[in-house]
Amino acid sequence: MSIDLKTIKHISKLARISVDEQRAEKLAGDLNSIFDFIEKLNELKTDNVEPLTSIAETTLKLRSDEVKSKNIREQIIKNSPEDNEDYFVVPKVIE
Amino acid sequence: MSDITKQSLTELVENIKNKKLSSTDVTKAFIDRSEKSEELNAYITNDFTSAIDKAKKFDQKPNLDLKLPGIPMAVKDLFCTKNIKTTAGSKILNNFVPTYESTVTENIWNEGAILLGKLNCDEFAMGSSNETSFFGNVQNPIDKNLVPGGSSGGSASAVAGQLTPITIGTDTGGSIRQPASFTGIVGLKPTYGSCSRYGIVAFASSLDQAGPMAQNVKDCALLHEVISSYDPKDSTSINFKRNHFSKELTNNIKGKKIGIPKEYRVDGMPKEIEDLWQKGIQYIKDCGAETIDISLPNTSYALPTYYIVAPAEASSNLARYDGVKYGFRAKGENLIDMYEKTRSEGFGAEVQRRIMIGTYVLSSGYYDAYYLKAQKVRKLIKNDFDEAYKKVDAILTPSTPSSAFKIGEKTNDPVSMYLNDIFTVPVNLAGLPGISIPAGHDSNGYPLGLQIIGKAFDEQNILNIAYAMEEKINFKNKITDWWIK
Repeated sequence: MSIDLKTIKHISKLARISVDEQRAEKLAGDLNSIFDFIEKLNELKTDNVEPLTSIAETTLKLRSDEVKSKNIREQIIKNSPEDNEDYFVVPKVIE
Repeated sequence: MSDITKQSLTELVENIKNKKLSSTDVTKAFIDRSEKSEELNAYITNDFTSAIDKAKKFDQKPNLDLKLPGIPMAVKDLFCTKNIKTTAGSKILNNFVPTYESTVTENIWNEGAILLGKLNCDEFAMGSSNETSFFGNVQNPIDKNLVPGGSSGGSASAVAGQLTPITIGTDTGGSIRQPASFTGIVGLKPTYGSCSRYGIVAFASSLDQAGPMAQNVKDCALLHEVISSYDPKDSTSINFKRNHFSKELTNNIKGKKIGIPKEYRVDGMPKEIEDLWQKGIQYIKDCGAETIDISLPNTSYALPTYYIVAPAEASSNLARYDGVKYGFRAKGENLIDMYEKTRSEGFGAEVQRRIMIGTYVLSSGYYDAYYLKAQKVRKLIKNDFDEAYKKVDAILTPSTPSSAFKIGEKTNDPVSMYLNDIFTVPVNLAGLPGISIPAGHDSNGYPLGLQIIGKAFDEQNILNIAYAMEEKINFKNKITDWWIK
């Protein structure tokens, strides 16, 4: 199989990573060699194999819905690249 | 006091308990050596000033019942440390100061240890050479221009170079065991669910485990005893009875059955690695244990499986880095443009590559062909181990298919870089514990490691086997201090 530039552009949109032409070409090359290597899995017949979805063979535990951290608004805001009083600031989304 | 940094953790703890050394003596000695070792680039952030304050405070009122009384240590910069910058080796977290502490590091401080600083690693733990770090590559104390391995490269370099007596790393596909092998130290990847993942910057959540790295097996056992705990804050943390690993450590492994998997004899493996493995088999026999030839038929499918599962989980985990709530933000014309530029400028090439792989295998129309297929093969790989453990107590393999390579040697060929983890990746896929111990040198004098893989939750057994072998191997790391002027 071959991953072309159009596919790279599509994946980069999905991944929200902007990629210029030069990077896209490099990525296409890298991904093709990685997928050539991954294709080896097709040698195996797995029709009747149950997928392993979790290595810890336990069901997730339920817990009561309690607030454990109180008054941490300031701490949460502290690391934001841009904030205004109690809000995160992002580029304008409404014209 | 120049020999303080040469002492093992066990010796340091004993000397502090006997009051032959104070925490301040020990902390100052490691800081002094760390400051002279800038060329290794093992640290991303240091916390030396407050480390000395904490050591002095400890000495005023020493609690000698603790397991790590006043012991200074640096940790991989993938563990969130409260009020101390945590970068995961990435530009995108270059200004991130956590407001909370990871459970594993919390356990360590609760036992009396003191933070020296945060150690370099591959960006988001994605790499096998520490060359993907935004903060530059790390030198291997064994030889200039040699990679220390990765992703816990700074951790391995810092222990081998005696910048810290012990450390913790994380291991998703070999990130503790491979650098331990490359630098001549001991590294344990615990059973999945043994150490809490709370507060560890996530890479691939079904594979990630924290683990100890140390100069010897006993130190490793002691540190593991401290970090392994049940934690309700990690939904996959498992509640089981944990051993007192260091107290229960024994070199009596008589009658143990150790499997030797034929599939680990891979094409193109250097003769030196094969010879080392044979030596390991002899050591096992010398210890009174028995070796049995076994088969793990799906071994060659482990790496391709890993390179679907790990990037898929990574692409999902790393979706949170959007430049809004924390971390780096690039300027954009609108919201989407800001996201795309932030992630393009904030993530390095390898991380972007893996996000792209993961996004692709999870994208509409490809999920069944890749991700579901990989989960099925993962089951087959786990079944192989389950089958083998009906006959044997543990498995012995080489840790890596080669010794440490040169900086820059593999950076242009991702697949050849990935092949480094061929012997370590199956262990993560099956959720098992594995330990790498230094076992010999190649013709260049570079260290080589052997890996012992255990049954789930059987860390005590592989620690015991490692302990017994360590005594027979009598490994001496060749550290010349070339970087100290």
